[in-house]
Amino acid sequence: MSILVIVEHDNSSLKAETLKTVGAAQKIGGDITLLVAGFNCQDVVDAAVKVNGVNKVIVCDNAVYEHHLAENLSLLVTELASDYEHILATALTTGKNFMPRVAALLDVAQISDIIDVESSDTFIRPIYAGNAIATVQSLDNKKVITVRTTGFDAVATDGNAEVVKLDTVTDAGISSHVSDELTVSERPDLGAARVVISGGRGMQNGDNFKLLDGIADKLGAAIGASRAAVDAGFVPNDMQVGQTGKIVAPDLYIAVGISGAIQHLAGMKDSKVIVAINKDPEAPIFQVADYGIVADLFDALPELESKL
Amino acid sequence: MKVLVPIKRVIDYNVKVRVKPDHSNVDLANTKMAINPFCEIAIEEAVRLKEAGIATEVIAISIGDKSCQEQLRTALALGADRAIQIETDENLDALNIAKLLQKVVEEEQPQLVILGKQSIDSDNNQTGQMLAALTGMPQGTFASEVKFIDDKVNVTREVDGGLQTVALSLPAIVTTDLRLNEPRYATLPNIMKAKRKPLVVRPAADFGIDLSPRTKLLKVTPPAERKAGVMVKSIDELIDKLRNEAKVIS
Repeated sequence: MSILVIVEHDNSSLKAETLKTVGAAQKIGGDITLLVAGFNCQDVVDAAVKVNGVNKVIVCDNAVYEHHLAENLSLLVTELASDYEHILATALTTGKNFMPRVAALLDVAQISDIIDVESSDTFIRPIYAGNAIATVQSLDNKKVITVRTTGFDAVATDGNAEVVKLDTVTDAGISSHVSDELTVSERPDLGAARVVISGGRGMQNGDNFKLLDGIADKLGAAIGASRAAVDAGFVPNDMQVGQTGKIVAPDLYIAVGISGAIQHLAGMKDSKVIVAINKDPEAPIFQVADYGIVADLFDALPELESKL
Repeated sequence: MKVLVPIKRVIDYNVKVRVKPDHSNVDLANTKMAINPFCEIAIEEAVRLKEAGIATEVIAISIGDKSCQEQLRTALALGADRAIQIETDENLDALNIAKLLQKVVEEEQPQLVILGKQSIDSDNNQTGQMLAALTGMPQGTFASEVKFIDDKVNVTREVDGGLQTVALSLPAIVTTDLRLNEPRYATLPNIMKAKRKPLVVRPAADFGIDLSPRTKLLKVTPPAERKAGVMVKSIDELIDKLRNEAKVIS
């Protein structure tokens, strides 16, 4: 069997989540090819050839693919699809955007957000915000799959794959990129961080999120937020951890002033170790926490920062 | 400009989901149902476009058995002008839903189709993109802002790390994210009025599409429970546990 994995990147670096998507591909089993579609993306190609377990890296370096517009990228992937039984992308916003388009063009179903592989045609995926786990069999001859990376281990990066350059350019001509407004941060990505510290409605306002900064610095952590904190306008939506935001599974997740609504738990309950700091001893977050402390966060956070 | 809004009837988001004892699916018997929250945002956006004089007609559409007429009536009460139910008792794959919608798009020729980005039951996040592929339209998924500029629509999208704005030629597909708008509540007079608005029922079989399933649901199980942890008394104890027991900090 052969598997095509579409690399998630920003033209300068390969996103760490791709290594886990390749991990999922290995679990399916077969010859793995990576596709790097982007513009001026040589650094990504250099990283892609080192991904373990990969035979070949197909490179399509053209301005048409710079912003990963779904209309163009889906045409390219569809054109390559005939050589592969499985086509995988990471279930981040880029993959979620273009992959269903690929599936429809190929006239096959998509299996979204898989967290485990049972066989080459049967996959495990959460439904109802993770409140139920479905085992789904694809009846199509080709499988189009997005991978939720929290379910898979990253592969190592000491491989040496061959590079194949492709001159195909498929510009659908119906969409164009206008602008990006990206949050600039020195901190690791929420999805890739080993430690995540998140604040909830208990933070009371956006300014108080600064209380998390020092701890995040000391732990090399990414900072997240609950939907309640986002809805209250404390912080921007790209910090949201939960069913409607990012799904994370770091080694350590610290929930501060977060009650633990189902929709938040759906985004973090696969973390290895969960710490909850909340002044309400009845908060549901304590039911999933490995370590809980009932405390006022305005006392606990400065103390934690000073003692780390 | 005509706007088409496909909506889905799903379990109410406040209701706790239970898995059937035989693990065949989740148990929806006697459960409160509602319009999928993302679809509600889609209706709101369409109605606001009409109020702003951009849209001329808002058509709500749902695919399912008779019970989804309840959600279509709600859409009419929220401001949609007319509704279409495509009747089927089957639980269709997103691809087959998109194929049925494609037929309706061909008939109705809307300039804009607004859908929720995903339904909170199957969590697939596929239908809008698939409909875009089948109709050859551009797509603005996970929208937090929709603006019409000349003959194009600019869609600001919620992406990892921030926002991305794309310009799409019309007709186009938009899928909604949470921050696009805050849906209104239906008022009693509008609920009464909605009862008289047109709702057309069309059997799915009449569209001449092969709707055979593309996936098979083998099993549904409850998620693994995390075992309860311990409560610590002080920050010192917490740091000690993290360092020496869990070994997640150095």
